[in-house]
Amino acid sequence: MSLRILEIGPAASVQDAGRPGFQAQGVSRAGAADVLALHEGAALLRQRPDLAALEMAGTGGLFEVMSDLVIAMTGAPMEASADGDRLAWNASHALKRGQRLRIGAARRGTYGYLHLAGGIDADPLLGSRATHLTAGLGRAMAGGDVLKAGAGAGGAGLTLDVADRFDGGTLRVVDSFQSVLFDAETRARFAATGFRRGAQASRMGVKLDGDGSGFAARGQLNVLSEIITPGDIQMTGAGEPYVLLFECQTTGGYPRIGTVIPCDLPRAAQAPAGAPIRFEFISLEQADRLHAGFAAELARMPGRVRPRIRDPHDIADLLSYQLIGGAVSATDPGE
Amino acid sequence: MTGGDRFPILRTVGTDGLLVTFADRMSEEANRAALAFRSAIAALDMPGIVETATSLASAYLRFDPVETDRDTLSGGLRALMAGRDWYGASLPEGRRLWRVPTVYGTGLAPQLDEAAAAAGLTRDAAIGRLAAARVRVLTIGFAPGQPYLGPLGPEFDLPRLDKLTPMVPAGALVLAISQLVLFSNPSPTGWRHVGQTGFRCFDPGRARPFALSPGDEMQFEPVSGAELERLARDDPGGLGGAVSEEIVA
Repeated sequence: MSLRILEIGPAASVQDAGRPGFQAQGVSRAGAADVLALHEGAALLRQRPDLAALEMAGTGGLFEVMSDLVIAMTGAPMEASADGDRLAWNASHALKRGQRLRIGAARRGTYGYLHLAGGIDADPLLGSRATHLTAGLGRAMAGGDVLKAGAGAGGAGLTLDVADRFDGGTLRVVDSFQSVLFDAETRARFAATGFRRGAQASRMGVKLDGDGSGFAARGQLNVLSEIITPGDIQMTGAGEPYVLLFECQTTGGYPRIGTVIPCDLPRAAQAPAGAPIRFEFISLEQADRLHAGFAAELARMPGRVRPRIRDPHDIADLLSYQLIGGAVSATDPGE
Repeated sequence: MTGGDRFPILRTVGTDGLLVTFADRMSEEANRAALAFRSAIAALDMPGIVETATSLASAYLRFDPVETDRDTLSGGLRALMAGRDWYGASLPEGRRLWRVPTVYGTGLAPQLDEAAAAAGLTRDAAIGRLAAARVRVLTIGFAPGQPYLGPLGPEFDLPRLDKLTPMVPAGALVLAISQLVLFSNPSPTGWRHVGQTGFRCFDPGRARPFALSPGDEMQFEPVSGAELERLARDDPGGLGGAVSEEIVA
């Protein structure tokens, strides 16, 4: 079971839950920028959340179905269709050999995900299928590449209500070991500032634009290069903040004012350019409670999947469906 | 010698990390303490530790908050911190000494002359000192398998350049702040490009993808450009003719 990529947007890559264990060797974890989307896709296909999916940044591509298979699409909602018939997002679908799947531009958010039943069976590198573009582990997908599915049946015709995280918003932050390098006034101003996600963004991190002056640390240029963790909010030499994501460097000399908590990183990664972003400092104890709730929510997710009942708004051409003769099919034509 | 009254200190990294820092500036003792402390964390064998690492003067651990909690691990680390004088610790076992053929200066490493002048040395004296230095892998970071090496003598405490060199090749040996970095990948840099090697720090296709470990030592031995080219061609492991041996205490 496989899909051939006919066209693909820039920086689309195979991602799984990441490659922990190489921080000491200078390789950050990588893995899906939006961890929630990985779990949602797994729940829709009734499979493990550590299987690999295709992450698409900003826009999707055109795919040829090489053999019958079941897919799901999650993350930033994108326009999707199979041979011109619209496919619902956050749902699973059976596709037939020879069909063409088209995934267009993101309507909201940044990273969309295409999941295959059985996961994408790419060759693992150092124990993971997570592409790490800057480390040269794997590479961005290109036209002609084939996404081979692993073993697994999947379940078509399922859907899931998802957490809305595609328009920026408030990111909760804990103090980290370098927060004290910023004086109280600077930290208060930072927490009070309404930022916009800047134009510079990648899997390494996203820049934030604000209207006021920069946020300098004391002794900004003399900080000893120190451990970086995803979520860190790093200030450049000019005092401009970047929220670092899963493909960040492992150490760095720019000071960090705090760390976005893990359960808010999907929101940080998904914020499209120009989206408003604010930061709210919380205590470690609050962060621990939120994390426990997040972990519980992920564990409950498979149980929240339900059969998709058609919403007339989802049906492009209502008249082509047989409404008189009985119930509307709960599944797509061809499923 | 110690890192001062304040050190070592235990601090949090994000929500799932702990950092034990031995000094707020680079020193040989603090680096040695960090390397030894990381080994000791591994030997603790506490559940829930996902991974450990070192930076120049700190040891780091990341934990799974579902399996353990910050207070439990902090307690373990504090006991370890108080248990001995880490600044007097010996380096972990199993370290290697690498001898790496290196072209100093020439068109391959065009900022040697400038670095020598900044250090107040003639070109030949600078090459002599750099080639004689046996430097330690202080930490690995910035790029996969990429070592920060040192310490070099105070004459090489040169500031980073204001203007970045747009690109140096993989295997470039660059110098600033009494340290060397051996680049894993082509990269822009504000450090001075003083030597060129055929050493690939990282190759995912190799049996040992990462050549170096923190605590290893390196010596950069002068060869001609023609010799380096031959060595690199004849070394299928991509180490540019480098050889290594275990350091026996």
